[in-house]
Amino acid sequence: MGFKTALYNTHQAMGGKLVDFGGWDMPLHYGSQIEEHNYVRQASGMFDVSHMTVVDVKGQDAKAYLQYLLANDVTKIEAVPGKALYSGMLNPEGGVIDDLIVYNMPQDASGAWFRTVVNCGTREKDLAWMNKIAADFKVELIERDDLAMIAIQGPKAINLTKTVVSTNRAEVIDSLKIFQGLPEGEWFIARTGYTGEDGLEIMLPNTEAEAFWKALHTAGVAACGLAARDTLRLEAGMNLYGHEMDDNVSPLAANMGWTVAWAPAERNFIGRSAIEAEKNAGPAFKLVGLVLRERGVMRAEQLVSVDGSEQKGVITSGTFSPTLGYSIALARVPVSIGKQCHVEMRGKHVLVDVVAPNFVRNGKPLI
Amino acid sequence: MSDIRKELKYLSSHEWARVEEDGTVTIGITDHAQEALGDVVFVETPEVGSRVSVGEEAGVVESVKAASDIYSLVSGEVVAVNEALADAPETVNSSPYDDGWFFRVKPDDLAELEEALDAHDYREIIESEE
Repeated sequence: MGFKTALYNTHQAMGGKLVDFGGWDMPLHYGSQIEEHNYVRQASGMFDVSHMTVVDVKGQDAKAYLQYLLANDVTKIEAVPGKALYSGMLNPEGGVIDDLIVYNMPQDASGAWFRTVVNCGTREKDLAWMNKIAADFKVELIERDDLAMIAIQGPKAINLTKTVVSTNRAEVIDSLKIFQGLPEGEWFIARTGYTGEDGLEIMLPNTEAEAFWKALHTAGVAACGLAARDTLRLEAGMNLYGHEMDDNVSPLAANMGWTVAWAPAERNFIGRSAIEAEKNAGPAFKLVGLVLRERGVMRAEQLVSVDGSEQKGVITSGTFSPTLGYSIALARVPVSIGKQCHVEMRGKHVLVDVVAPNFVRNGKPLI
Repeated sequence: MSDIRKELKYLSSHEWARVEEDGTVTIGITDHAQEALGDVVFVETPEVGSRVSVGEEAGVVESVKAASDIYSLVSGEVVAVNEALADAPETVNSSPYDDGWFFRVKPDDLAELEEALDAHDYREIIESEE
C-alpha cells in the first residue's frame, strides 16, 4: 500500500481504478480515460494532484537562493504578486534534477517569499538537493503536506468552480491572469494547469478537500484520472519529468531552452556553465513532435532513425491522441531531422511526420 | 470482478474461444484483458482467407496504454473478421464476449481446444495475477 491523498476514500467510492503512482495510490481512471480526456477538452474535468510536492521558500535570501537554484530567473515575476514561472532545476552537469513551478507569493510578515511545486516521483532527491543548496543561504524550506491540490481544467472549469466557492474566492478567481495564483484564507488559487486548457489549480487544507471535490462533482465537473492527465499534457506538448528530461538530459534537448534565463550574464545558476558551453557548441539533440496518421500507436522508448544521421533518436512519450484520433509522440532526435523520420515500431520501420512539439491547445488541433 | 463465461475456452494470454453451431471457432479477448488494457483504440485482425496457427501472433490490439499481440486457440483458415472494430474499437471494452469478437476460424482440428484452459482454470490464473 502506498501513500494516500485526502481524497483516497472518495476516489474509491466513485469507482476510480487506483494504481501505484510514484509511491502514491492514485486514480488512473474512473471508467474510460478517453471520455475523461474529451470532457476536459469540451467542458471541465478535475484531477487530484495532491501527490505533488509543495515547498514554500521563506527567509531574507529567498530570492537570491532561487536565482542560484533555478535556470529561470525569479526576477521576471517579482513585480506581479502571485505570478508563476516554469523552470528547470539543474545539476552542475546541466542535467535536469526536476522541472517545477514557482509562484511569487504576496509579501507577508516574513517579507518576500515563494511557493514551489515539484514532482512527486522526485520528492526525496529534490528536497535533499534544495536543502543542500539552502545551507549557504538564509532561507527556510517548508514542505506543505498539509495541503491537498485539485486541478479543475477545461473551457467550463473556471465558471463551474466559481459556483461552489465563497464570494471572496470567486472574486480572486475573476482577478487572476493566466499563470498567476493568489491566496484566499488558507486556500491558494492559481490559474495554471497541465492540460492545454484554461482552468485552475487549487491548494486547500486536506480537511476541506473531500467536500470541495464533491461540490465540484455535483456542479458538473467530471472526475478524471491520471491517465487522461497524461494524454492531455502530451497533446499540449508539455514535458513530463522522467520522460522528456531527467538528470542526464539538458534542458536544451528537451524544448526547455525558453525557460533558461541567460540574461543577465553575471547571474550564476547551477548548471549554467555546462549548458552555456552546449549552447555555444550547438546542441546535438532537440525535442520534436511526431505524428502517425495511420493505424498504430507510437510508444516511449521506440527508436527514431533520421536521414543523414548515424545517431538514433528516441520517443520520450507516445500515445493515441483522443482529440486527433491518431498517434502522437514527443521525441528527442538529432537536430538534423527533416520533415519525416522512421520509428521502429514492433519490428517495423514506420514513416511518420515531424511537427513542432505541441498538438492541441484550447480544444483546437494545432496540426 | 471480471466476467468469465463458463461455456468458453481460454488462453493464459487472455484470449477466449467459442465453438459456433457451424463448427467454426470465434476468438476474442477476455473481460479481464480489456479492463487491463483500458480504452482500445486500434484492432488489427488477420485477413479473411489467411491462416492462423496456435502459438503464432494472429493480430494486435492497441489501447491508449499498451499494445498486445493476439493469439488463436486453434489453427485453421480465417473465415470472418469483425470489421465493425475498425470504426468502433471501443466495442472491445463494452462487449468483449459478444459484439467485440475479433475473428472466426475454420479449425483444422477442433481437438486443439482441449489444450486450452476452461473457465475455472482461467479464473485461477487471473486471480493469481491480481
